[in-house]
Amino acid sequence: MLQLNQIHKVFNEGTLDEKIALEDINLTLKPGDFVTVIGSNGAGKSTLMNMISGVLTPDVGEVFIDDRKITNLPEYKRSRLIGRVFQDPMAGTAPSMTIQENLALAYNRNRRRTLMKGVTKKLRTTFQEALETLYLGLEDRLSAKVGLLSGGERQALSLLMATFTEPKMLLLDEHTAALDPARAALITKLTGEIVERTQLTTLMVTHNMQQALDLGNRLIMMDSGRIILEVDGEDKQNLTIEALLHEFQRIKGSKMTSDRALLG
Amino acid sequence: MSSAMFGAVESGIIYAIMALGVYLSFRILDFPDLTVDGSFVTGAAIAAILIVNGTNPFFATLLAIAAGFLAGCVTGLLHTKGKINPLLAGILMMIALYSINLRIMGRSNVPLLNEESVFTKIEVFFTSTGLDALFGSMAAAIGLQNLTSTWSVLISMLVVTALIKIITDLFLRTQIGLALRATGDNKRMIRSFSANTDQLTILGLGLSNALVALAGALIAQYSSFADVGMGIGMIIIGLASVIIGEAIFGTKTIAVTTFAVVGGAIVYRIVVSLALRVDFLETGDMKLITAVIVIAALVLPQLIDGQKERIRKKKKRLQQEMKINEMKKGGEEYASTKSNSQSI
Repeated sequence: MLQLNQIHKVFNEGTLDEKIALEDINLTLKPGDFVTVIGSNGAGKSTLMNMISGVLTPDVGEVFIDDRKITNLPEYKRSRLIGRVFQDPMAGTAPSMTIQENLALAYNRNRRRTLMKGVTKKLRTTFQEALETLYLGLEDRLSAKVGLLSGGERQALSLLMATFTEPKMLLLDEHTAALDPARAALITKLTGEIVERTQLTTLMVTHNMQQALDLGNRLIMMDSGRIILEVDGEDKQNLTIEALLHEFQRIKGSKMTSDRALLG
Repeated sequence: MSSAMFGAVESGIIYAIMALGVYLSFRILDFPDLTVDGSFVTGAAIAAILIVNGTNPFFATLLAIAAGFLAGCVTGLLHTKGKINPLLAGILMMIALYSINLRIMGRSNVPLLNEESVFTKIEVFFTSTGLDALFGSMAAAIGLQNLTSTWSVLISMLVVTALIKIITDLFLRTQIGLALRATGDNKRMIRSFSANTDQLTILGLGLSNALVALAGALIAQYSSFADVGMGIGMIIIGLASVIIGEAIFGTKTIAVTTFAVVGGAIVYRIVVSLALRVDFLETGDMKLITAVIVIAALVLPQLIDGQKERIRKKKKRLQQEMKINEMKKGGEEYASTKSNSQSI
């Protein structure tokens, strides 16, 4: 499904602000994989997401989806294959347009846009049925402007829109981080349900360890632009936060001692 | 209603087409496009020079629209591919067009007196079919006599502008139209739904300037000349129409907003013609009047809202005070009855 081969990315190369964002990233996702990504700020999680979605292109390395090389495919073309939900609830929807217009935009993701009417009667029924799965009552507010919705509602709508046409992949970039605990729990639950139902290959960045453990069948931990830990299958099922933190300390610690040894 | 006012309404309806163009760039694409000052004249220049050289005025107007579309596309290319700031891209195109317009016309002013224009053709059609007499008698029946020599301009332009408004409304509801609106609303989002925002921006600016050039071509034929300086301040007039219209008629839906823009353009012309009747104001003060009108349209709604808010708060405070007073009174009564009972 998704394949990242030896991805390297450096920001501001050759200046004082030089920062190695990604270093030798190799990652393969099988169809139906749901991978959660954790790591501290600056670990390279968002850069990884941007590399897959096409906002950034790698300095070295290749990106494949379904054995098709998409390393240099522009963002808007890639987004036919990739659904995305952003951290900012304002980012995933068009605020001055109505709910049904937003859904129509999502519906046309992998179609050629023409001069046909954007919202038809038939589509409206489709939209209503889809909105019912969110249990937020949005199906009765099709012609309300999205700017009037709350952050949680908007994020739920973004999630629905991102998965509406069942793309090849779903990228979730800390999509519950800006919500209050109750809304975050709701969106987490919806995410689990939607991914379960559509069997989408999913990559989810999160700062919430518990969420990273609850969702998905694989987990990767990143630090300083590298993948430092990969857990999947049964090991992931049995993983706890303590074990994860312990593992993080151990890897960081051993790296530190080896650094010390080198310097010494 | 005097004939000067009639003229104001007539030209207001033509300028409404330009205002719709400005609405497309300024509101829909969120792109303050100053190309308008140039593309308006480009439309006028192309129509004028072609008509002087014997081209059919309708065909000349069509070519003017095409030229405006091209000018808008170039601004779009400068912004999207050249990564030039929207304001700067518009200004660059505006001054480039100034020279191009001079080249098109060959001199700074092309008179169209005694030339055939779309309006002379329409007038001939109206008189020969008796439509003109019909509208004239209808107007006379409601007490509007001797306003104009022909009703053909007003009626035909009303029809054209209404058609353009309706087509704009319909277009903004198509799949491409929705993507265009989303481009102005949230670029990042619509890119994640596989829309090419660069292409859409170029298309939107092209359509916007096509409408502006159409208005330019019509105004040149209406006032019987094209002048290289006729576009100065056109963007402000367009913005004035959009802002005044939105303030008066609201922005509830797209259809309401485009109606507001057309209405705003007409109201603007009427206000200007009223202002020019004030004794100490001269035609040279037009731009200053425009600036004052725009400032008023921007500031007045805020002042009104602020006033409403103050009144609401005052009311609320009074209510609160009354509540507290009542509670105090109630408490005192209770205390007095208590002391009374004690004294007994």
